Amino acid sequence: MSLETVRPSPGYEDILPIEYRDLVKHGQYGRDVKVSEIGKFKELVEEHPMCAGCAMTLFIRLTMMALPCPEHTINVGTAGCGRLAISQANIPFIYGNYGDTNSVASGLKRALKVRFPNQFKDVVVMAGDGGLIDIGFQGLMHSWFRKEKFTTIMLDNEVYGNTGGQESGMTMQGQVLKMAPRGKEVEKIDAMALAKTAGCAYIARIAPTNPARVMRTIRRAVLIAREVGPTYIQAYTSCNIEYAIPTPDVMQDAFDIEKERYGFEEIMTDEAKAYITEIEKKQKELAKANAKK
Amino acid sequence: MSESTQTKEEWVPKGDLQEIKDPEWLFHEAPRKTEFITGSEAAREAIRRANVDIAISYPITPQSETMQQAGYLFDEGYIKEYYRGEEEIGVMSALGGASRAGVRSLTATSGPGLMRGLEAISSWPGARTPLVMMNMCRVINTPLAIPPDNIEISFLLNTGLLHAHAENQQDFFDYSLAAFMVSEQVDVTLPAVVSVDGFFVTHARGQVSMFDEKYKLPPRDGWRAAIPAMDNENPPARLSRDAPIQKSNFISYHMHASWQQEVFAAVERSAKYWRKYIGDLIEVINPNAEEFIVSSGACVSQAREAVRQEGEKGREVGLIKIKTIRPWPKRELLAALKNAKRIFVPEFNQAGWLHKELCSTLYGQIKADIVPGPRVYGGMTMPTEMVLEWLEDYRK
Repeated sequence: MSLETVRPSPGYEDILPIEYRDLVKHGQYGRDVKVSEIGKFKELVEEHPMCAGCAMTLFIRLTMMALPCPEHTINVGTAGCGRLAISQANIPFIYGNYGDTNSVASGLKRALKVRFPNQFKDVVVMAGDGGLIDIGFQGLMHSWFRKEKFTTIMLDNEVYGNTGGQESGMTMQGQVLKMAPRGKEVEKIDAMALAKTAGCAYIARIAPTNPARVMRTIRRAVLIAREVGPTYIQAYTSCNIEYAIPTPDVMQDAFDIEKERYGFEEIMTDEAKAYITEIEKKQKELAKANAKK
Repeated sequence: MSESTQTKEEWVPKGDLQEIKDPEWLFHEAPRKTEFITGSEAAREAIRRANVDIAISYPITPQSETMQQAGYLFDEGYIKEYYRGEEEIGVMSALGGASRAGVRSLTATSGPGLMRGLEAISSWPGARTPLVMMNMCRVINTPLAIPPDNIEISFLLNTGLLHAHAENQQDFFDYSLAAFMVSEQVDVTLPAVVSVDGFFVTHARGQVSMFDEKYKLPPRDGWRAAIPAMDNENPPARLSRDAPIQKSNFISYHMHASWQQEVFAAVERSAKYWRKYIGDLIEVINPNAEEFIVSSGACVSQAREAVRQEGEKGREVGLIKIKTIRPWPKRELLAALKNAKRIFVPEFNQAGWLHKELCSTLYGQIKADIVPGPRVYGGMTMPTEMVLEWLEDYRK
């Protein structure tokens, strides 16, 4: 929704639910929010039916806060845990068939460009590891090869969580899960390398251990996709149920896995780097100027 | 200056030079010129005049030329966006995405490609995505096959798609243009398929009378729809937001049931628009006959000739051509066949989907024998003699 349609028409303010009024009045529309503001503004996603302690939910919450222009963003998702929270957000959400995200997003993004040549529309695919690297593999890779200008975020919990804990292409070798009763035989797919080979403009691997870094990464990915080319974020979002991580230990697990094999990595093309450096420089100058006022 | 020497800035998309006209005027009153062209060329000429925003293609074998012709039309500026997708699941998914953005969307496919894309295709109606898919029927594997046979239509019957079945090159031109207009009506908002029997129509030439290419249909208005476009310019339809709709419980069952009812009701509502653009949903010849041939697609042409030859022998045989499979013209068929004694249903497929459809409509309503055939399949042609033999044999 553009800002104009987000704002209630005069005379209707009192009729709309208080949640909506709060969203318009105290939400993130039209401004960037900082992670330190959590709890001080009305967020795009608040209630959700995800499991207690789910790291994926934290990541999705941060992603929503990081969207540079939520009023012009459309999320595309697929079956999986993530969509239970993504679909609750105050962002239009397309929930298609399993594995179709990057194909749908390709058509959607191009069509929006035809219809609104002078207004950017950010398209963000957020789907699980199974939805992207297994059943959605072909669509994922071809969207990258075609240089489709949207962001793909893999919520990598290394398992089919929503269907009850089956092994996926992103599961680590040797891991015992449903459909891998003797342990997964082959290695975790190196999706980062695939993204690089396919020519993504921006690629990042991240665990939700540093909220400010998560938000910066999401913002960079969405902004670069807007102008330069496809972007990919691979986020470790553990499944505490299927991997039997005690709820209080979910964040410790994220720190441990990050240290062990999921360290923050950011790869971008020269064009993307020049583009984002310029934007961030301007943002800093603006922030400085605002601080002086 | 020739086109090849024009700079990018000087290039004007030819679509921008076309004049938008009222569809009813274009379909019924605009002066027309006749050309002798193939079905694929008729499709191209329809697309040229259809004000298409995006066309997404895949070179399925067996293919017709249509989607590569769409590529040439894109190059000339009649279509605004065009690309070759990864395969049919990707293409059909992407087309659904494009339609959700509110633009006029087109693809074409045939038998094996249609089957590959079927999951995405059968999801279009529920997502209420107006678009047009041209389907050049070319049988389904296995054995590996490329011959014309319209078995694939049977897989589309219960999806909630609008579906017209063209007899010849002329129909392919007319029905395709009408399909865009019907699918985008507010109280319809559904995808439309225009099927045609591959090879017999797509690769063969026929007379096609067309309005001038300087005219085109009005553009799609993405906000004029049962489900408005997903474009962040107006509040979105939330098909999958709230837990009661996604979870297994009585509210979700009720939601899904009523959603399906609405899709199929919209198919029925489309009938009035089809009538507006292509006339009655059935064509009837010799309405007072006791023997009728009921058919759709290219088969109608053979039946037409059989009816003519019977007429020469002084025997009146009726013919009903079914133009739209969905909406199914139940009321029209019951009225036209109320006094029939024998009904033959020639088809280009083994399953006899048209015969089954007809039986379910006529059962208990009339006293005619409904004969399951003649049928040819696997690419065979149906000589008129075969239809005549069936008529003759049955009379014995």
